[in-house]
Amino acid sequence: MSLLRNVRDWLDERLEWEDLIAPLRKKTVPLHRLSYWYFLGGITLFLFVIQVLTGILLLLYYRPGANEAFESVQYIMTQVKFGWLIRSIHSWSANLMIFTAFAHMFSVLFLKAYRKPRELTWVSGMILLFLVMGFGFSGYLLPWNTLAFFATKVGTEITGQVPVIGKPMMIFLRGGEDVTGATLTRFFGFHVAVLPGLATLLIFFHLLLVQRLGMSVPPRLEAEWSANPAARREMKFFPNFALRELMAWYVALGVLGALAAIFPWNLGVKADPFVSAPAGIKPEWYFLFMFQTLKLIPPKVWFIDGEILGVLGFGLIGLLWLLLPFFESEYPSRPKRWITGLAVFALAYVAGMSVYGHLAK
Amino acid sequence: MASSDHGMAGPGDRLTAPIPRRRFAEALLAGGFLATAVAFIYPVFRYLIPPKASDLGSDSVVAGRVGELKPNSGKIFRFGSRPGLLIRTASGEYRAMSATCTHLSCTVQYRDDLHEVWCACHNGMYDLNGRNISGPPPRPLEGFEVQVRGEEIFVRRRRES
Repeated sequence: MSLLRNVRDWLDERLEWEDLIAPLRKKTVPLHRLSYWYFLGGITLFLFVIQVLTGILLLLYYRPGANEAFESVQYIMTQVKFGWLIRSIHSWSANLMIFTAFAHMFSVLFLKAYRKPRELTWVSGMILLFLVMGFGFSGYLLPWNTLAFFATKVGTEITGQVPVIGKPMMIFLRGGEDVTGATLTRFFGFHVAVLPGLATLLIFFHLLLVQRLGMSVPPRLEAEWSANPAARREMKFFPNFALRELMAWYVALGVLGALAAIFPWNLGVKADPFVSAPAGIKPEWYFLFMFQTLKLIPPKVWFIDGEILGVLGFGLIGLLWLLLPFFESEYPSRPKRWITGLAVFALAYVAGMSVYGHLAK
Repeated sequence: MASSDHGMAGPGDRLTAPIPRRRFAEALLAGGFLATAVAFIYPVFRYLIPPKASDLGSDSVVAGRVGELKPNSGKIFRFGSRPGLLIRTASGEYRAMSATCTHLSCTVQYRDDLHEVWCACHNGMYDLNGRNISGPPPRPLEGFEVQVRGEEIFVRRRRES
């Protein structure tokens, strides 16, 4: 015990790290019946760490390139001991992370945690959500199977619909006019270098803000508590909340491990640019609501192409969503009703369209 | 400091000299930095844009052999770097067209149950001449000329659009 303390003191003298963790010791988490929603961001972070770790492991055997990618993933899954498990965990964790990130976004929306002064926390979180979808889109292509090939073709083609900048952006993404091995190399670079770098920076910024500003309390409760300070209840972040969060992570790990082991991720058929798109082709579930919407828009609306209308519409909605906190009321006691209404509608729309897209032929 | 500066600026002195000189130095420095930035950014920007692939522009390919296709069936063939669709209609006639859907560039296929060309991605339909007849495709598929020479089926681009 004294040896441990000596080491700690020795390190503390050099790093002065007591000062660094002092704010963490003082940090508290408000305690109320909706406190459980505070776990979601942490779970998303935990799954991101799993992605980094399993991603590094996959890098040991994965080879980008149209002639090698599929075979190398096949090799990982059939020859490398536990390779199937590592890849399955990476895929499942990716999907769970996107789910928890969306759930986190909606919980913040409904708890109105984006209000002043937390606008930048929301903005950085939304950019992280977009990055996470970018991770999903770029990672999906890496095994170079038929489904991924056509998903990438359609996805990048949709980018190409944007007026003026669309075409150059599509060529930049594809590394040429068509989806080829050049696209795979680029997506690999985005997936393992560009996106992780950006995401790590933004996560630090996001966490720094959460640390600086503390946890938000829903407006009604906030009003109650400021009227009657004795009613305020909170728990210490460390160790009380941190240990609870750890338990949540442990549960997440259990769910993840079970899913990965019981439902190992498929590899599919190797992509061939000279076969027809297979029947029943669909994007990953988190793009389904957009996919289904685009499918429902007629080819021509008035004089605008339906696709262009859809793409511009989603772009505009994404931008407004990013800036949502700036439309919120300045007075915490009078949050705007229409934002809550919009959030309910958005959740219903995304969920409904996803299910519809899943069931539709 | 200010007073001594003020004191220096007596009548007959080169009143405005120090300031423009500093401005000049600042402009030079800023311009230099800007030029350096451009010198870095421009090559990187150009590097990001992939070089134009030299499409061999083959005008004519062998899409298949006679007897390979049964009536009422279709196959994908390579036309340069893009896929093409060769169809043998129920009456035995050959048709050829681009297999890249004009909607979001998935690869289409011949549906023998519908006698139609179908795109699986978004349920687009074309007739046997490549005309878009239902679903989201905005334009017809580019049609090709088919010539049967001996055992081989040649497909070539149409001259006029």
